[in-house]
Amino acid sequence: MTRREPFFWIMVWCGLVVMAFIVIPLVELMTAPSLSGLKETLNDNEVMRSIWLSIYTAGWAALASFILGTPLAYLLARKDFRGKRLVEGIIDLPIVIPHPVVGIAILGVVGKNHWIGRELAELGIRVMGSVTGIIVVLIFVGLPFYLHAAKEGFENISPRLEGVSRSLGASMPGTFFRITFPLAWRSMLVGIIMCAARAISEFGAVVVVAYHPMIAPVLIYERFEGYGLKYSQPVAVWLVLVCLILFFVLRFLTLPKKKKT
Amino acid sequence: MIRIENLETRLSGFNLHSINLSIEAGEFFILMGPTGAGKTVLLEAIAGLVPVRSGRILIGGKDVTRLPPEKRGIGIVYQDYVLFPHMTVMENIRYGLHFHRLGAEETEKRLKGLIGELELMHLVDRIPLNLSGGELQRVALARALMVKPAVLLLDEPLSALDPNFREDIRHGLERIHRSTNTTFLMVTHDFAEALSLGSRGAVMNNGRIEQAGRMEDIFQRPGTPFVADFVGMKNIFEAQFSGSRAVIGGMLEIDMGRQAQGDHGLIAIRPDDITIAREKILSNNKHLFKGTVAAIIDQGFYYEAHVQVGKITFKALVSKRSLFELRLFDGAEVFLSFEANSIHAL
Repeated sequence: MTRREPFFWIMVWCGLVVMAFIVIPLVELMTAPSLSGLKETLNDNEVMRSIWLSIYTAGWAALASFILGTPLAYLLARKDFRGKRLVEGIIDLPIVIPHPVVGIAILGVVGKNHWIGRELAELGIRVMGSVTGIIVVLIFVGLPFYLHAAKEGFENISPRLEGVSRSLGASMPGTFFRITFPLAWRSMLVGIIMCAARAISEFGAVVVVAYHPMIAPVLIYERFEGYGLKYSQPVAVWLVLVCLILFFVLRFLTLPKKKKT
Repeated sequence: MIRIENLETRLSGFNLHSINLSIEAGEFFILMGPTGAGKTVLLEAIAGLVPVRSGRILIGGKDVTRLPPEKRGIGIVYQDYVLFPHMTVMENIRYGLHFHRLGAEETEKRLKGLIGELELMHLVDRIPLNLSGGELQRVALARALMVKPAVLLLDEPLSALDPNFREDIRHGLERIHRSTNTTFLMVTHDFAEALSLGSRGAVMNNGRIEQAGRMEDIFQRPGTPFVADFVGMKNIFEAQFSGSRAVIGGMLEIDMGRQAQGDHGLIAIRPDDITIAREKILSNNKHLFKGTVAAIIDQGFYYEAHVQVGKITFKALVSKRSLFELRLFDGAEVFLSFEANSIHAL
């Protein structure tokens, strides 16, 4: 057996530190509340409402991203055009902008001082402090994740498959639904989950636009501020569990495909 | 059947330039050219898969330049087969039927015909993932032919196959071409394939058509230095003509046995038409030059001998056996000879 070089042990050591850094706080969080405390939290209507609201709004945000984002993702994967890099840059903006700033930016548009805000008010749509507002914010922060995943999925499908389909008589939409969609659905689903996961963990942007109705992260923050660590932990555990479910589904979907025999 | 007039494409990098081509109905037309010449782009332009800047494409007299691919009735088969991976072989073959209404009887007849002809019966329930290259290519052919396209475009359909499969599918193509009224337009790199399948063809280079015509003409009477070089005429010389005589390199006089056009031009000789000998062979209808071997290059199955005659280098093909029998080496003195009718004026 060859002797390991010191450099190897430095790599191992750094790796262990990183693992510990991520795992220890999470394990501590998950094990801190007692089982009875967790059960009690389940009976707390406010907690359940906030977790359901989180799932509900994140779900709508993911669905909206899917419907709005798919055509753009497909366009970016298939066509080269002037300003394509600019469009791609704009798509990434929500990722780099600080979250409270996102909230403030959206409020600037939907308020009474902006024509869009006045139009919305005319239509009876309230964004500030409403479920609609939360969904709007979550779409804003989640859309880039869906676009990236879907675009990559489309890029992995040879345009020749679509060309052959067209030459056999299928129209463009026909080709999309018979060839492209069945081959890309996995990437699109991954994108939807990434988008939902991003949305469910959003706090900063939502708290600016809608403190009430309360999504789970806002409730956790409020409990922490008002009652301290011990009271925020059980809620946090339930939210983490929801996130973990999404996470495992995502890992399962992105497993390398086994060759069918 | 296919008429292409001054076609130019509109792509971001490489483009086709003023392509003019005419292909008869029912013809087996061959498209040749080096990698990157634009053969695939031309096929895709005909199929409607790449944007056209100017010019026209007519299929059966109808202008299809602005028609979407699905309205053109043109099938395409790629080198890498491009089967739909999420469908079985049968679903692949039947794919076009979603868009072409056929009676049940006609559908059965065509399916049976193609599956029988291409020997696909045992494969129909498989998915493309596990099929061999030859099998995939037969499925791709069946899928394209199922909707009876007026034109079938084949982009190097045989080049990714094992040599023994290749022979099979080549015969299959020949049979299918005979039994359908379809016009075939096939890209190939393989001269043997081109000559055995094609009646007419074209050579492309750099987005342009260099020469189009009967296959024999392309190989026997190349029209440009590029085509001559492409079809293996490695000896191309500038020549001054006077009567039936050509002077190359200002010193070698060659009698072409026929009147040349103009007073100067290019002449070409295939390397396999040049014979090398160590002794002077006397023969009156042959041209005979004394030269020195400048290089011997291994080409796999044969050697290419470069023979220096004055300022001119001739390239001749030599088999391994004659290389030893003639005891050829760099600097050896040899005589090379060729006949008047193997001299091509370009």
